[in-house]
This record gives sequence, structure tokens and C-alpha cells, in this order.
Amino acid sequence: MTFLEIVFYVFSAVLIASSLLVVTVRNPVRAALFLVLAFFSAACLWLTLEAEFLAITLVLVYVGAVMVLFLFVIMMLDIDIAQMRAGFANYLPLGLIVALVMVGELTLVMLSGEFGDAELPRPVGQPADYSNTEALGRLVYTDYVFAFELAAVILLVAIIAAISLTLRRRPETRYQAPEEQVKVRKEDRIRIVRMPSRPGEDP
Amino acid sequence: MIEALLTLWNELPLLLQLGFKIGAILLPLLGAVAYYTLAERKVIAYMHVRIGPNRVGPRGLLQPIADAVKLMFKEMIIPTHADRYLFLIAPILALAPALGAWAVVPFTDSLVLADIDASLLYVLALTSMGVYGVVIAGWASNSKYAFLGAMRSAAQIVAYEIAMGFALVGVLMAAGSLNLREIVLVQSGGIQQWFFLPLFPLFLVYLISGVAETNRSPFDVVEGESEIVAGFHVDYSGMGFAVFFLAEYANMILISALTVIMFLGGWHAPFAIAPFTWVPGIVWFLGKLAAVAFLFLWFRATFPRYRYDQIMRLGWKVFIPVTLVWITVIGVARFFTPIGHWFG
Repeated sequence: MTFLEIVFYVFSAVLIASSLLVVTVRNPVRAALFLVLAFFSAACLWLTLEAEFLAITLVLVYVGAVMVLFLFVIMMLDIDIAQMRAGFANYLPLGLIVALVMVGELTLVMLSGEFGDAELPRPVGQPADYSNTEALGRLVYTDYVFAFELAAVILLVAIIAAISLTLRRRPETRYQAPEEQVKVRKEDRIRIVRMPSRPGEDP
Repeated sequence: MIEALLTLWNELPLLLQLGFKIGAILLPLLGAVAYYTLAERKVIAYMHVRIGPNRVGPRGLLQPIADAVKLMFKEMIIPTHADRYLFLIAPILALAPALGAWAVVPFTDSLVLADIDASLLYVLALTSMGVYGVVIAGWASNSKYAFLGAMRSAAQIVAYEIAMGFALVGVLMAAGSLNLREIVLVQSGGIQQWFFLPLFPLFLVYLISGVAETNRSPFDVVEGESEIVAGFHVDYSGMGFAVFFLAEYANMILISALTVIMFLGGWHAPFAIAPFTWVPGIVWFLGKLAAVAFLFLWFRATFPRYRYDQIMRLGWKVFIPVTLVWITVIGVARFFTPIGHWFG
């Protein structure tokens, strides 16, 4: 077994174990943290495929930003485990059917002959000066520029929609206006008063 | 003699060689962290017209060692109802990214542990993971103060990471590369070629976001000792606290190193003429690093703490628009103005 294969099996084992723990562990915060571990292991697997840009971006976007926001929300939830487990038996048959259908679909796809060793040969290694980032950038900005721009526009629409859905104007809240604060001069705020320190004395 | 040493080095197994290389970076780094804490106390003391620590060793020079020994031998208390494993793993999660990012930092043209292709992204990805240590510590402590600190930290770091990322987009547009070593090589030829001039707004945004990312004053609402005691690490004692401390200072040194690499010409001398080029590159690099690291201490002694809403306003409403505008400026300047070569 080569070093690369050892790395592959170690990270695959960690990935599978942590994905299982995401759905089985009781504590939601721990489940979210196992999801982080799963993302990280997946990124390491991509690194072994010489896809360093995708691997680092997975860590940057999902581990560094998305999961932080997930944790932010999950930590504030006060979840009652007993209440969540209620009705487990009722939902079990439906859950099993959905699970079986999904396993069946995946099996059909995998057995369709599109994923054999012949159809998907092992990728050949690239020379040391090959830049995965540059190759990806060229593809995204030339061949697939239309799809790329389309995705960007859809994301922009999603951002605007999310903001407009959650925007609440609250006139009673007093906001700071730094541009007004910067403009303030001494004359606007203080008044020098000359007054006698003793009655009858000239100021 | 040197050749004998070289053959000996080449005969060592690869893992052992790597171990020595990692040690050669981490041990001086940890020493620098220890003395950075002393420098902080001394510098701030003199700014306050005090003397600072001067009891342990000559002029207080052994103070960091005394602190380290004290923290190592203190009992580490785990609060009741704390999540024991997460409580213990949180300081490690805070420190590991701060140390791991040094793997790609180029000290000179040839002195870099891993000269990988996307090292800028790697650094960004690792520094973005530092927040987990803070968030997990705050949650696992089972304390309201610690939890408030964790919440503040998560919101603050997400806000400033975006500004930081956009500032780096400007750098990589100007440099045309994601490799830190090549980013420095593009800046060769004197101080007028360093990126802090053409990218001055991005330089400021990056530096200030760096202060915010490391939770340093004036952005230290995460600790906020006057409001929430000590924030996320209020329940940590002994080594747990010491590791958080190490992580904070290691992060500050890392941000200083990255600022030097991306905006201040890395190991290049400020003037590409004789007396300056005689000085070895590593000296320039470490000198610039120390100058930027000094700024962190200066900020702490100078500015009062930002209020939480002011932090959010600065991050989202000032920095992100500034970086976006300047990215456009870079693009337009490169292709439509005669000074385009200056922008990379």
C-alpha cells in the first residue's frame, strides 16, 4: 500500500465515521461539529486528487463560514431531547421507506455501468508546475462564463431576497450617525460663559 | 564540514527532516510569542508612564518564563456541567490553525516549508478556522458570559473575514498569483513597488480586519473584561488559558507576517541599492514583521474599545464597500490607464 493509499483510507474512514455520527449523536452542537470534521476530511480527500483549489475552498466556505453560522444558531436553541424523540415509532415506517428508496436509487445509478473502472479511469498525476487554480479559473471565465454569471446573478437575487425578507424598519431605535458626529464643531456643543466669581466683581 | 553535515541531513529519513524543519519554525515562533507578551506589557507600561514587569530576571526579561511555569503548574478546573471533551479540545482548536498557517509563510526566497500553489487561500482557510476554538470554548463552558463572548466572536469574525477576503482579492489581482512567494517576488525593486502604495485602502482594511480577527483591542468585545468578565475563556485556568493566550499572540504574529508579505514587500529591502541590499532578506522580513507587530500593541494602548454595533457598522458598511470599490479601481487602472503596470 502506498503512502497515498494509506492517506486515502484514513481520511475516508474519518469521513464515514463522522458522517454517521452527525446523524446518530444526541447533542446537536456535537452533530454540527462532526459535520465540520466530515467537510474537513472530504477536503483532505480532494487534496489527494490534486484538486487543491476545491479542497481549500471547501474548508474556507463551508468550515470557515457556513458552519460557523450553523453553530451560531444551533447553540442558541434550547432543544429538549425527550420531546424530539417522541413519536419515533410513528415516523419509523415512513422513514424506512424513504431510506430504502434512496438506497435503491443510488444502487441503480451505481450499477448503471457509468461508474466502472473503464468509464472513470484513475486520473493521471499532473506535473509539479501544473496549477489547478489557474486551470479552473480559465475554464470558469471562458468556456463556462455564461453558467458562471448566471449562478452569480441567482446568488445576488437570493441575497437581496433574504435581506428584504428580514429587513425590519424600527423607527424607535436610535442609530448612531458617524457622519454627523464627525461634522460637530466645538461651537455647536459648548458655550463659554463669562460670569463674576464674586458678586459685584467685573467678569 | 558543511558538506559532511549536508550528507548527514540528506541521509535522514524524510519524516525526520520534516520534523526538524517544522521545529525550526515553531520553536522560534513560540519563543517570539513568549517575548511578545513581555514586549506588550513593557510597551504599554511605558506608554502609560509606568515601568512594567521588572522583578523576574534582569529588567524583567525572565517574566514570560515565570508566567509559563506558573500556568503549567496551576490546576486546570473543568466547570460542572461543562461539556468535558469540547472544553478540553477548544484551546487546541484555537492554537492549531495559528501554527499550521506558518507552513506556507515564505521567510525569504528559498526559506519556506511548503511552497504550495494556492498558499494565499490556504492561509485564509486556516485563519477562518480559528473561530471554532472561541465558539466551542464559549459554548462548552456552560457559562452565560462565555457564551456571550462566543456569540460576539462568531458574528465579528464572519463580518471581518469577508472584508479581509476582498482585500486579498485585490492583492491577488495585482500579483497575478495565489502563491505567497510569487506575491513577494512581484513586489521586488524598491519601496515604490510594494503593494501598500497602489493598494493603500486595501492595506488599511486588511490591517484593521487583522486586528479584529485576532480579537485584539479595540475590537476585543469577545473578551470585554469590563462587560462580560473575560468572555469566552472566563472559565479556563492553567494550561487551557495559556493555550488560548498562545493562540492569540501566534495569530497576531501571523497577521503581521502576512501583512508584510502581501503589502510591505516581504524580504525585499526598501531601496534596491548597495547598502540596503547587503542586509540579508530574513532581517528585512523580521524587522518589518516586528514593526507591524508593534502596531498591535500601540493600538491597544491608544484606542478605547468599539461598541458592538460600531464594530458591525465598520465591517459591513465601511470596509466591504471600500474593498469592492478598490477592486474595481485596480481593474480599470490596469487596463485603461498609463500607470497600469504599477497595479501589477
